[in-house]
Amino acid sequence: MTIFAACAALLMGLGLFGLITNPQPLRKIVAFNILGSGVFLLFGIVARRGAAAGVGADPVPQALVITGIVVAFAATAMAVALLLRLFADRGDTRLDHESAAGTEPARDDCRPP
Amino acid sequence: MTDAASQSVLPVLGIMLPATGMLLMLLVGGRYVEWLALILLPAGLAVAAAIFAAVWREGHTLIYVVGGWQPPLGIALRADGLSAAMMLVTAVIICATGLFAGPQFSQPRGRPERRAPLVFWTLLLAIWAALNAVVVGADLFNLYVALELLTFAAVPLVALTGGTETIEAALRYLLFALLGSVSYLIGTVLLFAAYGTLDIALLSARVRPEPISWIAASLMTIGLIAKTALFPLHLWLPPAHAGAPAPGSAVLSALVVKGSFFLIVRLWFDAMPGLLNLAAAQLLAGLGAAAILLGSILALRQSRLKLLIAYSTVAQVGYLFLIFPLAGAASEPASSIAWTGGWLQLFSHAFAKAAMFMAAGLIAEALGHDRIAELGGIARRLPISTLAFALAGLSLMGVPPSGGFVAKWLLLLASVMQGQWWWAAVILLGGVLAGAYVLIVVGKALAPAGAAAAPTAPVSRRREVVALTVALGAVLLGLVPLQPSELLQIGRLDVHALAAR
Repeated sequence: MTIFAACAALLMGLGLFGLITNPQPLRKIVAFNILGSGVFLLFGIVARRGAAAGVGADPVPQALVITGIVVAFAATAMAVALLLRLFADRGDTRLDHESAAGTEPARDDCRPP
Repeated sequence: MTDAASQSVLPVLGIMLPATGMLLMLLVGGRYVEWLALILLPAGLAVAAAIFAAVWREGHTLIYVVGGWQPPLGIALRADGLSAAMMLVTAVIICATGLFAGPQFSQPRGRPERRAPLVFWTLLLAIWAALNAVVVGADLFNLYVALELLTFAAVPLVALTGGTETIEAALRYLLFALLGSVSYLIGTVLLFAAYGTLDIALLSARVRPEPISWIAASLMTIGLIAKTALFPLHLWLPPAHAGAPAPGSAVLSALVVKGSFFLIVRLWFDAMPGLLNLAAAQLLAGLGAAAILLGSILALRQSRLKLLIAYSTVAQVGYLFLIFPLAGAASEPASSIAWTGGWLQLFSHAFAKAAMFMAAGLIAEALGHDRIAELGGIARRLPISTLAFALAGLSLMGVPPSGGFVAKWLLLLASVMQGQWWWAAVILLGGVLAGAYVLIVVGKALAPAGAAAAPTAPVSRRREVVALTVALGAVLLGLVPLQPSELLQIGRLDVHALAAR
């Protein structure tokens, strides 16, 4: 179980790092899914830890994780849909066209390869 | 939670009515959506009013236990005084938005069917259902689902017009929201692992100030802050709120960001009351103060009207966070005063900001642009909209008579009474800055039209009147008595018991 917990922590760390540091939206979406997987694994560990005698696992976190997966799937689908539309409209998916807000300077390192 | 409570079906009706209506809309398709909305909006308002009246009259919480399964096994919905007030304000704003949006998102007979009306009305009802679920939810995971529904309904509303910039704004909003939701989820699983329940009432008795509670609380708060657009996680808000169509901006700015703020308060005041210490409260309010100053200054520098209003939302959301140090401190009556002031700020901002976005939408429709420098002469052509904007501005500045004045006065009073004078200074400075950015716009609007002024498009008088009525709502909130509200205390943990801890 410690190994699983370490895996969950690692996945969450990787995902969070990617979500914050990657400038490209697609990579952010992938990172969000990695982060999400870590959290779902954590749910599984919590279910195992909370198991009563004679039962494999606490069913409550397992029920929660299914809802969590559905939510994460819906979120990913919506993000990808928006991303595809953005790419179809403009030919790139950079998010640094701060023309409207004017708060951040444009960076050049965010073009898709 | 206080012991007194009564079983009622009303809280679940508040969620089910808009949710069922939304599904029906998808079923009946484009042409009948408006008629369905015409029935559903008043019905939802009636449910909200019934909940408000019941909580007001009986003076205690309404509870609906889903499926008859008691927590911790089942899920309960609780409508306390705060939820009742939130539901009523939500219903009023949604109905006003519906009236305002009617002509804009209608399906003219004999023309090819457009998709925007169907999408708009379903999203409006989805936001309503999700907000009601957020305010009556009594289980942290249930609240997570409600919060996600709110986000999923709000994001497409930003991109409704389909322009490239708005899609970019929607995507950025969604990415911030994803970070927020997953962060909240980690907090929930940690709390479940530590205390074996997610029911707020049970948690409030079990949570102890220990590292795992701190980590969970911090993660959940960071997640919710990202969705509330508190400084420094506010970057997504201005383009998103400015890019949405006017009725969408009104709902997003007036209600949607308040949903996640409501959860932060639920978390710190109801679920883990023992955890709110001086450092955490001061940190949250410090971010709020930074938001007030930075948001107002950035609003002053905008050249487009809708962006100015969106930055003003960043600033006004900051005021809400002053509730943590002022109402969290155990010093009566100052903390009750701050509690009332904070919530009144939320309600009056909801009315004022909805009215402002509606007025700005009409002005932009008439002129074909919303550049502040070229607003000259608009007060002569659209006097009602300009008046609505100015009245809403009074509330944002905190000038009497307006809800914003009472709210800011109560917060000011509480901060002086508790010797936390630095918040008083921020409130006053924020008021001056708000005055500056409202006056810039009103001054330009009152100026004579330039020689090269473009002809204006006609604007529906009915929609102007709706904007003015909502702005008057913000002013009328100023008539509530200048004292701690008893309604907002219904169902709260006993503040004195908290002080004894």
